[in-house]
Amino acid sequence: MINKESRILLEVKNLKAEVAGVEILKGVDLTIRAGEVHAIMGINGSGKSTFSKVLAGHPDYTVTGGSATFEGRDLFALAAEERARAGLFLAFQYPVEIPGVSNSALLRLAYNTLQLDRGLEELDPLEFDDLVQEKIKVVEMNPSFLGRSVNEGFSGGEKKRNEILQMAVLEPKLAILDETDSGLDIDALRIVAKGVNSLLSSDNAVVMVTHYQRLLNYIVPDYVHVMDGGRIVRTGGKELALELEARGYDWLRAAA
Amino acid sequence: MSLTKEQCFDQLLRSHDVKPEGKSAGWLEQIRVEALASAGALNFPSAKQDDWRFTDLSSLFQHAFYPVDSIASVKLADIEKFLIPDAIRLVFIDGCYAAGLSDLKRAGSGVTVTSLAERLGDLRVEENFGRHAPYKQDAFVALNTNFFEDGAWVHVSGEIAAPIHILHVATCRDAPSAIYPRCLVVIEPFSRATVVEDYAGLNDGIYFSNAVTEVVMKDHAQLQHVRVQREEKNAFHVGHGSVKLGTGSVYAATSLAFGARVSRHTLHVIQNGEGAEMHLDGLALIAGRQIADTHTLIDHAAPRGRSVQLHKCIADGAAHAIFSGKIIVHVGAVGTDSVQSSRNLLLSDKAHIDTQPQLEIFNDDVSCKHGAAIGQIDLDALFFLKSRGLTEERARNLLTHAFAAEIIAKIPVLSLVESLGRTILDRISGVRT
Repeated sequence: MINKESRILLEVKNLKAEVAGVEILKGVDLTIRAGEVHAIMGINGSGKSTFSKVLAGHPDYTVTGGSATFEGRDLFALAAEERARAGLFLAFQYPVEIPGVSNSALLRLAYNTLQLDRGLEELDPLEFDDLVQEKIKVVEMNPSFLGRSVNEGFSGGEKKRNEILQMAVLEPKLAILDETDSGLDIDALRIVAKGVNSLLSSDNAVVMVTHYQRLLNYIVPDYVHVMDGGRIVRTGGKELALELEARGYDWLRAAA
Repeated sequence: MSLTKEQCFDQLLRSHDVKPEGKSAGWLEQIRVEALASAGALNFPSAKQDDWRFTDLSSLFQHAFYPVDSIASVKLADIEKFLIPDAIRLVFIDGCYAAGLSDLKRAGSGVTVTSLAERLGDLRVEENFGRHAPYKQDAFVALNTNFFEDGAWVHVSGEIAAPIHILHVATCRDAPSAIYPRCLVVIEPFSRATVVEDYAGLNDGIYFSNAVTEVVMKDHAQLQHVRVQREEKNAFHVGHGSVKLGTGSVYAATSLAFGARVSRHTLHVIQNGEGAEMHLDGLALIAGRQIADTHTLIDHAAPRGRSVQLHKCIADGAAHAIFSGKIIVHVGAVGTDSVQSSRNLLLSDKAHIDTQPQLEIFNDDVSCKHGAAIGQIDLDALFFLKSRGLTEERARNLLTHAFAAEIIAKIPVLSLVESLGRTILDRISGVRT
């Protein structure tokens, strides 16, 4: 929901970044206010996944220019874990498997880390179980997944649902969903979208990084941005996504 | 005082002269004489021997080790942290049986758990002691066989649910001491037991624990055998296990090496009976300047045996972990099914891991797989955990713990899984308990 009066969560100006000496982001500008839903679209290699990883603090990427502020704080002065504690969340395109660490243990550890950081009480395992049992309903996940190692042996759809479960537990201010729709069948897509929608409020915001318009049928964006060649080349409303679906990306590239 | 290798060995041999007269028997004296002779002939292994080429024993050789000549006064409270609730417990202090610290009341009928020295007249002891561990080929086994004071005698006929905890504790004297823990385990046909061999110390003095264990599994016997090496930080630990498997028997071993300045564990499992099964899991978790060496040898000497082995090493600081796992499938051992995996985690640039899986196959009709991998903390997993708010250190510790936990979880004694889980968390996060 667009409200020009609401506070700015993220402000990115002329962001440039490289990986292994190759410049991928060549000047990205983006402002996200509380309550907004953004979609960033683009072909493979356009820089949209790089953008999400740079914001989350992935060590492979080096910021070479520009700035990003998160609620007024210099994002790039914060380590990845500090960004998470400040309320930034990245749902991974390829969630990692962590054998030997149970899902519930990870969720509780992450939750309590954030609680402590905010000067709030930690939850013991029983209290946390009450909380997590509510949260798993958001993604319609079988409680047996809580006892299993993080993502180990999960299907693609289960892994993506697990990311949204983490989002539900950690309640970030800004969630970046990096190709969360990839590899999902239509039922899983619906569940994931319903989960994300239920977490949206006027205090938080979501950025969906996606290739396809499909997800946007279920999580309706306020803004659609098109990335190409490491820049946002066009911004519009949700109808821009439909236009892209119908016409492809080439006409934009030609226009740019 | 810094000794040469030869001086160190001579000192160990000389301790024979001052050893107090313990209980003995004619048959044992014969073995001791042979063992002493072979020890003198063998001397310490040299780095040129293939089995020892990765293992730097030089810090061991620097010390003069003295025999333990008096029984230390140890209270139950001193060893409380090592105890397993509801276990049958045999405690040895510096290799001597401590009846007052032991608790044998859960040993039911058909189960003998007691001091070896007290049962030298038992024919089953005589028939098995020294018959399996190679005191004529291995100098450390020879030294132990000659110098051991006492040991554990475990004989199981039937099923025993309570774990049998054999706790060897070193007290550390003013001068470096040499102690010789010994275990003999015989599991009768169709019998089942869980044995936990446990090596610990009470303070950070210098001592040399040279342990030998013999396990005999009769037909269709089952044994869950846990070995915990949690010696103190200035300790030297050399342990040898010889295991013989009868027809249809199932042997499941979980061996953990956390402690000691330098440790070596050699485990030799011989499948003598058809269709026997063995599961060997191991974990070495070391840091600082520790060296931990695990050598295993599985002999498939009868048809249709099955062996599954997973060994993990985690080395931090400037530690050096070694794993050598040899599997030999002998002529006639048809239908053998063997899987061996060595997985290793290097936590620092100065740490070092050598892994050497070896297969020797002397017939066609077998299925054998083995593999080894050495890696560092997975950077994608690390970033994922940080992106969920965990500090770099917390995330690394969690991933390291998870790598170790796979082996710890195989221990069939829940209280030990929990207490060792805490121990490794403390070790990983650098808090020594």
